[in-house]
Amino acid sequence: MTTILPKKDVVIIGLGWTGSILANELADEGLDIVALERGPWRDTATDFNIAYMQDELRYAIRKDLFLHASEEAMTMRNNTSETALPMRDYGSFLPGRGVGGAGVHWNGHTWRFYDSDFELKSHLTERYGADRLADLTIEDWGVTGRELEHSYDRFEQLAGISGKAGNIDGRIEEGGNPFESPRKRDYPLPPNRMPYGPALFADAAKSAGFHPFPTPAANLSQNYVNPLGVAMGQCSYCGFCERFACANYSKSSPQTCVLPVLMRKPNFELRSNSDVRKIELAKDGKTARGVTYVDTSGREFFQPADLVLVCAYALHNVRLMLLSGIGQPYDPATGEGTTGRNYCYQTNAGVTVFFDDKNFNPFIAGGAIGQTADDFNGDSFDHSALDFVGGGGINCIPTSGRPIQHRPVPKGTPKWGSAWKKATKEAYQSTLSFGVQGSSYAARGNYLSLDPTYKDRYGVPLLRMTFDFPDNDIRMSHYLSDRALEIAKAMGGREIAEARRDKSWNSVPYQSTHNTGGAIMGSDPTKSALNKYLQSWDVANVFVIGASAFPQNAGKNPTGTVGALAYWAADAIRNQYLRNPGKGLVG
Amino acid sequence: MNRRTFLTTTAVGLVALASGVAQARSISGAVPWEAFAGEPPTPVTPGGWHFFQPREVVLMEAIVDRLIPADDLSPSGRDCGCVVYVDRQLAGSFGEAARLYMKGPFLPGLPTQGYQNSLTPAGRYRAGLAAFDKAVSDTFGGRFETLSPGKQDQALSELETGKLKLSGKVDGKGFFALVLENTMEGFFADPVHGGNRDMASWKMIGFPGARYDYRDWVDQHDKPYPRGPVSILGNIVQAKAG
Repeated sequence: MTTILPKKDVVIIGLGWTGSILANELADEGLDIVALERGPWRDTATDFNIAYMQDELRYAIRKDLFLHASEEAMTMRNNTSETALPMRDYGSFLPGRGVGGAGVHWNGHTWRFYDSDFELKSHLTERYGADRLADLTIEDWGVTGRELEHSYDRFEQLAGISGKAGNIDGRIEEGGNPFESPRKRDYPLPPNRMPYGPALFADAAKSAGFHPFPTPAANLSQNYVNPLGVAMGQCSYCGFCERFACANYSKSSPQTCVLPVLMRKPNFELRSNSDVRKIELAKDGKTARGVTYVDTSGREFFQPADLVLVCAYALHNVRLMLLSGIGQPYDPATGEGTTGRNYCYQTNAGVTVFFDDKNFNPFIAGGAIGQTADDFNGDSFDHSALDFVGGGGINCIPTSGRPIQHRPVPKGTPKWGSAWKKATKEAYQSTLSFGVQGSSYAARGNYLSLDPTYKDRYGVPLLRMTFDFPDNDIRMSHYLSDRALEIAKAMGGREIAEARRDKSWNSVPYQSTHNTGGAIMGSDPTKSALNKYLQSWDVANVFVIGASAFPQNAGKNPTGTVGALAYWAADAIRNQYLRNPGKGLVG
Repeated sequence: MNRRTFLTTTAVGLVALASGVAQARSISGAVPWEAFAGEPPTPVTPGGWHFFQPREVVLMEAIVDRLIPADDLSPSGRDCGCVVYVDRQLAGSFGEAARLYMKGPFLPGLPTQGYQNSLTPAGRYRAGLAAFDKAVSDTFGGRFETLSPGKQDQALSELETGKLKLSGKVDGKGFFALVLENTMEGFFADPVHGGNRDMASWKMIGFPGARYDYRDWVDQHDKPYPRGPVSILGNIVQAKAG
């Protein structure tokens, strides 16, 4: 039996970065808002405890803060000729769970995409011709980088991002990224101090002709009070960011940036441990009536609402749309349909340099504290003579020396025994790794759908991922690996080990929790699920906010853009939608 | 904010009457806070076995002593508590695959699709150790723990590469990888979990453990960090004593 609850103005699915930003903005309009979060309430003082947050086994290996496959799994295959099987444990990517979502356990790299990234199809077609894009299904976003500038700025100010601008109003700034698109002002905080590894990388990169700069970080270089009046502390370089929550109030998260203000607003209510199963549509299929959710005892509720904001993790946003019948499911055979279309990932590769005489103290680290060379990212370089489009950032950001996971050894070292132990000890302090974070461009065969066989604990189909790295992206990645090798050689180490990107996405080893697309924004309703304001083309009172809206992924971490899109959508709702509720904002 | 203010300004209620700790909560009007709401780890106490049977203990101790042999860099895997660590892991939620998706059908998958067997980690150890015990006796002419260190290493290498086949449902190569992974977890994890006794592995490589603040050493490039490791176990023991 379903309990029908009193109607709300707004129901928000998921209370991570996007849900908390939208809730806080819309609460200022006086709306009555409820957020439904599948996981538990979590906060710094109680759950991110400084006495035991440094537990690598519990948080990084057993993944205490993450979504577990037993709660909701996904199936995967590399192409439509294979039968998808469930990832019985999450490996390649690790979705968040609970209040704060992935904003709790991220590293904190906070990028703006380039202006050209937002008009990718038009830009590349104009510069290199349509033939170059023949194997790809990349699209423009509908929104431009210039339109998003203010939203990017608001997210950076909210989160206290530490960095150095490279381009203010077209003026190239010393010490920043010279390839950056114009911004109106600098980051709110200066860059962090550099540990030895990134400092050495910067010297080597400069000597090899690159333009390294401090990676924009949500690990705060100084104490900070954000525009909402929330105070945060200086990062202590503890080396427990990724997979961990911050016990210092120094990594930006919904908990450290928004919730202390949002939770006190009387017109906002959070219901935790409340798992939304479906967005319910009216008979015409064009209006959402509200959502059905289940609590942990299995009791079902219907929460009616005028406006439904889908703010879960990107992949879960898409699954909810498929389960709710919003938009036509994408079919790779015909290329038709929008929901599930343009799923993309991140095309990563790495280099490790072994030295004889260095002492890096790899445990002195922050999730985003390091250096990036963006000379070959996006379209910051001329692809005319090349056989691919896209690019990547070359990042030296040693995130930790936590020894269950961080134990580099030279090639040929046994995996156990005295020889293993000796090599492990020798390499631990004297090895430096850095990586290439490459773009992931959409291809016709990569998409998200519902699995025909495997079900969740409610008997509802799991999400099925069909993905492999497009040949374009493999060629891009090898080109970038060659560039990274130039920097590695300039470092003068004893030995270099490369980890290049090859075909066949493997779901087992961790790669990146940058899953994008599946409910993309755009200007053509036959090719995008959402309009440029992240509003569903099909159901006007549903907005879907997250990396699920990216038509393709850039060679950059997505959270900065996700935060910007949250503010962008919030402004559209506040300034346009609420004047004319229930109507599409684009013709 | 004192407790009275908290109670008068916060409306924390239950949406539904449900059993269990993780029931749905409605939170509005304030940031909820309760004393002692955290979940500190319970330190593993050595002594007795929660999962392993006597024969399995003998085998595991002999195995971890070859994976992590005693030498001038560290005590042996057994002396560092690796078997105690694995025992407690297998007796708990890890052993029973509580966090894994365990619904069928179980079909043989491609390497890119990961582990697809219906056995839990505890089940893999139970079956794998028995099958390894038998395979070693059949192939090497004696029980594993009685072989010379060289022969023991040979047996483990053959398991690692798949040359030594195990009977039954367990894939030998995958089983070796699991044992190695868990042994290394025990060696390098915080001592609170039963392994890494006296922070032996951290001292070996120079990892300062749970220190959490290196602001004074960020700029000390290429200079060894001067302080030894601390552990969560230390924090917890201290908190209880204090």
